[in-house]
Amino acid sequence: MGYLMAGTTLVVAADLSLGGSPAAAAIPSLPQIPELYDLEDLQTDAARPTAQLITITMNTDGTASFQLPRAEVGQGITTSTSMIIAEELDLPLDKVHVTLAPARPELLFNQLTGGSNTSVSTFTPIRVAAAIAKGALLDAAAIELGSIVALLTSKAGVVSAPDGSSVTYGELATKAASPTTKKVNVTLKATSKFKVIGTSQGRVDAHDIVTGRKQFAMDLQVPDALPTMVCRPPTLNGSPKSINNEAVVKAMPGVTDIAMVDTGVAVRAQTFGQCIDAIRALDVVWNTGSVEGESDATIKAKLKAAEIPLVVPQVPILAQTVDADFTFMFRSSAALEPNCSIADVRKDKATVWAGLKSPIVAQGHIAEAVGLPVSAVTVNVITGGGSFGHKLFGDAAVESAKISKAMGKPVKLMWHRADEPRQGRVHPMCTSRIRATILAGQVLTFEQRHTSVSTDFTHGLGEMLTSQAAALPGGLGNLGFSESIFLLTQELPYNFGLVTQLLNEVDLSFNTGSMRNIYSPDVACANELVVDQLAKKLGQDPLAFRLAYLKDPRVKAVLQKVADVGGWGRKMPAGTAQGIAVHKEYKGATAVLVEIDCRPETVNRQIPNAVAGPRVTKAVIAVDAGLVINPRGLDAQMMGGVSDGIALALTSSVHLVDGHFLEASWDNYFYTRQWNIPPDFECIVMPSDSQQPGGAGEAGVAASVSATACAYARATGTMPTTFPINHDQLSFTPKPFIPPVPESPTDGLSQTY
Amino acid sequence: MSMQTFLLNGTSVTVDVNPDVRLLWVIRDMLGVTGPKYGCGINVCKACTSHINGKAFNPCSVRVGDIKPTDEVTTIEGLPATVGKDLHPMQEAWLEFDVAQCGYCQPGQIMAAVAKVKAARAAGHEIGDADFDEIRNVCRCGTYNRIREAITAGAKNM
Repeated sequence: MGYLMAGTTLVVAADLSLGGSPAAAAIPSLPQIPELYDLEDLQTDAARPTAQLITITMNTDGTASFQLPRAEVGQGITTSTSMIIAEELDLPLDKVHVTLAPARPELLFNQLTGGSNTSVSTFTPIRVAAAIAKGALLDAAAIELGSIVALLTSKAGVVSAPDGSSVTYGELATKAASPTTKKVNVTLKATSKFKVIGTSQGRVDAHDIVTGRKQFAMDLQVPDALPTMVCRPPTLNGSPKSINNEAVVKAMPGVTDIAMVDTGVAVRAQTFGQCIDAIRALDVVWNTGSVEGESDATIKAKLKAAEIPLVVPQVPILAQTVDADFTFMFRSSAALEPNCSIADVRKDKATVWAGLKSPIVAQGHIAEAVGLPVSAVTVNVITGGGSFGHKLFGDAAVESAKISKAMGKPVKLMWHRADEPRQGRVHPMCTSRIRATILAGQVLTFEQRHTSVSTDFTHGLGEMLTSQAAALPGGLGNLGFSESIFLLTQELPYNFGLVTQLLNEVDLSFNTGSMRNIYSPDVACANELVVDQLAKKLGQDPLAFRLAYLKDPRVKAVLQKVADVGGWGRKMPAGTAQGIAVHKEYKGATAVLVEIDCRPETVNRQIPNAVAGPRVTKAVIAVDAGLVINPRGLDAQMMGGVSDGIALALTSSVHLVDGHFLEASWDNYFYTRQWNIPPDFECIVMPSDSQQPGGAGEAGVAASVSATACAYARATGTMPTTFPINHDQLSFTPKPFIPPVPESPTDGLSQTY
Repeated sequence: MSMQTFLLNGTSVTVDVNPDVRLLWVIRDMLGVTGPKYGCGINVCKACTSHINGKAFNPCSVRVGDIKPTDEVTTIEGLPATVGKDLHPMQEAWLEFDVAQCGYCQPGQIMAAVAKVKAARAAGHEIGDADFDEIRNVCRCGTYNRIREAITAGAKNM
């Protein structure tokens, strides 16, 4: 069921909660907060009968437009959404225009981009709306062509009658318009009739990307929004006390404004280059940070102290035990596009432009920060240059609004690269303790205790209500959230008898967040390494052991597929090996087979300012994501997942030393680069008879990190227990902390090629 | 402040700016040409890769005062014109292989790819795995394999 909306051109709508998010519905109740500042607004908006609708508009030029209440950050949802609309409307793909909706508080839970949930949650409502549009167009065409709907055919935006006469959607757009809003019922196209969904399509923004026309937040030209950067404290979450040389810096070329905010000293200038120069010249007295004196070792000790004890299992005396203890270091979730946001805060209103995955929460926080009602704050969602969980929080959006208010001018705020690993959101450090027992060829018990620095879930479910609950004092609300997310996402896919997986989190004042795939890469990596140990103890092949113990036929199928395609078990030279692993999440399953080369001549390759390290030489990934909208897009997400998995296993982490993170560059934070990737990559998208799409964006990570770790263990004969494996060797010289950003070099012309 | 003149995508441009400002900011903040992206400002991530006199370089690490009035700076926006077409063969290959994900690094990747193919040929060979391993441009979406496939295909039409 959906709606024909009143209007002069055809506008149709459907309720976004149709086929809504099961994860959201299953999360246990949270504490009620009786005094929320925006509760009234929420209730008022939510009470409007059509408030939660998403609308498709048919334009007179024959195109259809739709504002997607999600954030496109590279995962391809504008493309897949266009495909869904094109399919149901019988319209060519290039006549569908999908843009991103600004913050719409009335959507409540339905404007959070996360959990690889976009296709899962929007598939049905968008189809319903498109189907209603098509129905209205056919009704109008029947009158126009003097025929009846049952005899009409629609194709590529044209409706034809049996007598050969035809009319275009564009011509029908105003004729199909409804003078009043009314409910209508609709029948969706049978999946067997799909012509667009399930076919490989290039990204709808590909042409704009390759020509440089695609605009990210920093590319927008907002009048008078001059480049702005922040001189940040030398230790994590420090704050400015005073400025010793404000007048000197204010007089520097290009500098227009200087303002102290809680996160540092903001500088606005003609160019970002002049902001950098000013930041380097600023002499600031700083207050201490939130983790003064802390280091990797002290944090790890706190995590160990917080581990929930393993239960001594009641197993026969002859049972063998496998014990393992893993540590996963802090990692930066920064995208290539740094944190950035444009803000124009006036006396009575504020407008912000930023890449945001939970814009409703950002809107609430901005309103709070600048002292305006939510209704006076417009938050425009701009396509993001990557997210990986980083854009779940509106850190830059809120900061830009504060700065704009303090300066009384529009600002285009950008974080320096060095700011990202040092002050930005990180994936929390965590430990995973596992004990499993086996007897007579059977696994009797499998216990896991995952202990993590608190993962910030204060974005809640994307609206202010649960966001406020998660931010309850003492971290109680957040821990409840963390445990819920952990329980709802972690599933050991094996028949291992008595299985317990428990999470504890410790709030240690870091800036954390859900990095791509949240807990799963670490949890699965620990599990799959232990699975290999169990297989070894039982004298079984890792593949055969997994196939014997896996519960789900879909997981078994993807595993068998990568084993077949990847040639599992082939003879490999000493120092090289295969690894194989599975993961089950997002209503789907993935399996990965990798081959790794850990021989000295590979590990010790000389690459300037880089970690060469072991090379994954081949990766095969199979994914069952249910009903696949765009196989080519899914393949891309799997490729990215493998790149992430390799980095998490081998090279990427931040080092905490004396209250600050050392990394300040892409040549300090070793995300996968060309010299690390498997030259041989293959992705297999499994056929599925499912009627529902599963998640794609995060689905490739966990099995990739696991397979890489398992391969490394087999190639070297030693199971790694600290990740990434190179963390204990610092592979760069840390840049100074004062000034907080490095000078831009001037020797670029000597490095041309 | 002083007048700085150079050729940007085939047109002579003059800006009144301190010669010490790095070229990237002159191009982006003053001239509004936003294809080259900021990713680090220290010649590491290579997101701003553009061409100077046909060779790849990173404008984040060049003073505008070090650019001569006759120097031809080409950003992604000016790449098609270098071959007199709507799209350079490398851009077409990028579309064919649907390389991009978020797209932020892609202008720099394409500019690096074109220069890398030419450099390999100047060194007497076609571009291959060893050359790919030398490309430093960061893609945080991790679409490196498609980049390799597209460069191989794009090179054939260059």
